[in-house]
Amino acid sequence: MDAKKIRDDFPILKRKIRGKTLVYLDNAATTQKPRQVIQALSEFYENHNANIHRGVHTLSDEATALVEETRSKTAAFIGAPKPETVVFTRNATEAINLVAHSWGRKFLKGGDEVLLTEMEHHSNLVPWQMLAQERGILLRFIPMTPEGTLDLSAAAGLLGPKTKLVSFTAASNALGTLIPVEKILALAKSAGAKTLVDASQWAPHRPLDVARWDCDFLAFSAHKMLGPTGVGVLYGKEELLEQMDPFLGGGDMISRVFLDRFTPNALPFKFEAGTPNIADEAAFAAALDYLTKVGLTAVREHEAALTKKAIETLSALPGITIYGPKDLAQRGGVVSFNVDGLHAHDIGTSLDLEGIAVRAGHHCCQPLMNKLKVPGTARASFYLYNTLEEVAALGRALEKTIAFFTKKPAAVSSHG
Amino acid sequence: MAEGDQELQDLYREVLLDYFRSGAHKGTLDPADFKAHGINPVCGDEIELTMKTGKEGTIAAVRFSGHGCVISQASSAMMAEALEGKSVSQARELVHAFKGMMLSKAPLESLPEELEALKSLEGVRKFPMRVKCATLAWNTLAQGLAAEGKKSEFQEVE
Repeated sequence: MDAKKIRDDFPILKRKIRGKTLVYLDNAATTQKPRQVIQALSEFYENHNANIHRGVHTLSDEATALVEETRSKTAAFIGAPKPETVVFTRNATEAINLVAHSWGRKFLKGGDEVLLTEMEHHSNLVPWQMLAQERGILLRFIPMTPEGTLDLSAAAGLLGPKTKLVSFTAASNALGTLIPVEKILALAKSAGAKTLVDASQWAPHRPLDVARWDCDFLAFSAHKMLGPTGVGVLYGKEELLEQMDPFLGGGDMISRVFLDRFTPNALPFKFEAGTPNIADEAAFAAALDYLTKVGLTAVREHEAALTKKAIETLSALPGITIYGPKDLAQRGGVVSFNVDGLHAHDIGTSLDLEGIAVRAGHHCCQPLMNKLKVPGTARASFYLYNTLEEVAALGRALEKTIAFFTKKPAAVSSHG
Repeated sequence: MAEGDQELQDLYREVLLDYFRSGAHKGTLDPADFKAHGINPVCGDEIELTMKTGKEGTIAAVRFSGHGCVISQASSAMMAEALEGKSVSQARELVHAFKGMMLSKAPLESLPEELEALKSLEGVRKFPMRVKCATLAWNTLAQGLAAEGKKSEFQEVE
């Protein structure tokens, strides 16, 4: 894999930020888009734009075929047995909310338990809190160790006959920890619980096969994997999706409508009410093609090399704390850190002045930050177009930042 | 590289760093005559503001606690300094003047002299995402005062 060559496909990487070449290290938040995806979007609007599943005219046929082609490619990308088991949503958050609404409200009752982990993004926590408030179900959590891994020895004790669902992230967006997905799935299955994997930080970066995992649901977002914003994916086992109630009501999700009732449409349209995000769904195919061509194994290895180098570089600087597992085999391409005496936002702004984009804050994981006893962290997250030179640039900019903020002891103040 | 240095110095001025490092006005007054709690929703940073009033309702002492960045902590310390000895209505005017400064691009000459030190936050105006850091303490104060005016509880103000 040649990251330098790949960079030529990403127009934004040539941008200057405050006169400096952009170093984009906020890929866990969203990734940049290759020209192929941008062109697919304009190609759609210039040549194929129409509403789908309802016209008999040529453009509607073409637009429908493009969206359904993306669905087939998405199914193939994740190893789903049939395209109908792939539901398009706005994002992974909406996909998880769909499960909470359409499966949770139908199948969970007071006293039932949902097992999550302490490392969840708010998107895989708040929907279950909302359901818990409404239905009196109980949320339990697999604890996080101080090193930022899951304490699986505690998991068995948290599972029981009341556990109806185990819903967990496959990789931590805040720390980069890779979660032992198959072990948790095996534990859940032995307790007879359904499973939902939040693959938002996994699907873009490493190969994934839902048939092998045999999870019941899986969610991720297109925009974190070179695709457009506004497209999320929910995979679900066909028999479960069939049993579930619809999510939103409206056009496209119905088979027949009378004044007093409706019958829902077949999968996956039962869950796709209203005009969907047609153009972005069509253009997502170009992102899947791009990743398939490069190969996720190559992406994973490239990110591992960047992560190793970043940890070495940052560890050499004074006052740095790096969070997450020390064992590199348990890490994805995320390096979350703090500098003694400095707030993550000051680090973020200072790096921005050097053209380096990192995320600073709680990363939508406030309970995880509370557990680490920090208000937030600065986070560099890598993707296929990042280079070792960019990691070195991060190291230099951070060294300057530390020097700037620690250059003088506090002048004894007369104020108060 | 020098250009980046210049920008860093323009944003994080020496006065600002001095206030940040000084720890002035950090802490909690207990008992307090006024208590307000604020959260910056962008980053989750929290501040708790406590004040004691003296004769004729003037603000006698101000303390703030909680974690935050250089900008929010320095702004809180400078606010606390500016408030001591002021009446509640003067405090409201200072909030108005300071927020006016942070939310406009206009020159700073019209700022009241009590807010002299706060001119060091001028550079923050070029960073829209950071303006909320500078105004956190001030918004907390304003909302706390408003809640107190209504004689309702002013424990949890966001």
